[in-house]
Amino acid sequence: MNALVSALRELWGLLVEDATLTIGIIASLLIAAFVFPAVIASGEWRGPALFVLLALVLFENVRRTARRR
Amino acid sequence: MPSPHLLTVVLAAFLASLVEFVEALTIVLAVGVTRGWRSSLMGAAGGVVFLAVLTIVAGPALERIPLTTLQLVIGILLLLFGMRWLRKAILRAGGVIGLHDETAIYEKETAALRLADSAPIGDGALRPDRPARLDRLALITSFKAVTLEGLEVIFIVIAAGAGGMLLPAALGATLAGALVIGAGFIVHRPLSRVPENALKFAVGTMLSAFGVFWVGEGLRFPWPGEDLALLGLIGGFLLVSLVSVAAVRSSRAASANASTGAQ
Repeated sequence: MNALVSALRELWGLLVEDATLTIGIIASLLIAAFVFPAVIASGEWRGPALFVLLALVLFENVRRTARRR
Repeated sequence: MPSPHLLTVVLAAFLASLVEFVEALTIVLAVGVTRGWRSSLMGAAGGVVFLAVLTIVAGPALERIPLTTLQLVIGILLLLFGMRWLRKAILRAGGVIGLHDETAIYEKETAALRLADSAPIGDGALRPDRPARLDRLALITSFKAVTLEGLEVIFIVIAAGAGGMLLPAALGATLAGALVIGAGFIVHRPLSRVPENALKFAVGTMLSAFGVFWVGEGLRFPWPGEDLALLGLIGGFLLVSLVSVAAVRSSRAASANASTGAQ
């Protein structure tokens, strides 16, 4: 049982290290899925807009981490 | 001539797998040197067999999932995985956290295994001076290292090759594995000269770009330039990362100046 919990914890660690980054990524994806189709008329701009959103999430996350440490 | 998309898939799988293979090799070498090669290599071989069975069992199941669903799920996992790598590489390059040091990890691992060797463990069959018996700790440590790093390699291959490019992605990973295992046989030391942070930077950039691309495909967003958009995304993430490293460095310099001024 302990081995299974440890393996699951290791697998979780592969994807999640900083909770705020994970939340930021998931929030961006939800915005892309549900808000973009309503506010961005041209389909070709939705992908680049998602990239910009994720880039901002990453930039803000590393800056905040640097200031904290 | 191979398309830019195909080359990107091979390169992404090669570089990402290279990092994972180096990490697994470090542990297997540390176990082999301290606890004996037989158990270490058997543990590693067990890990490879486990991964092969997992791939054979789970592989066909992937083909039954609708393509857009698969692209969306793989894209989300890639974004979580790739941006985590990119974040760490930026923080390391900016001096916020220490660089990954395979030599230090090797020393720590060998010290821990030697310490375990001096304590009575289980059935007492763990001494390197008793090579005829299998060393359970060595088996488990090698098995775990190969399985965990190997799972990452499988995930990377599936993710990078999600658009019908599994074979090129697998080729990239195989080349990386052959290179690292060959180097491991020759040097018998951890591959400390691999510029791991630069690799993580490159791989994080590529995996994040693939992630955004597949999520876009899964949500049926038409990409400008179709597959070529992938190169634009890689360039975009690279640019954002470089700007982030500069911002992190200046933020740290400002903090250092402020604390010097306060004294």
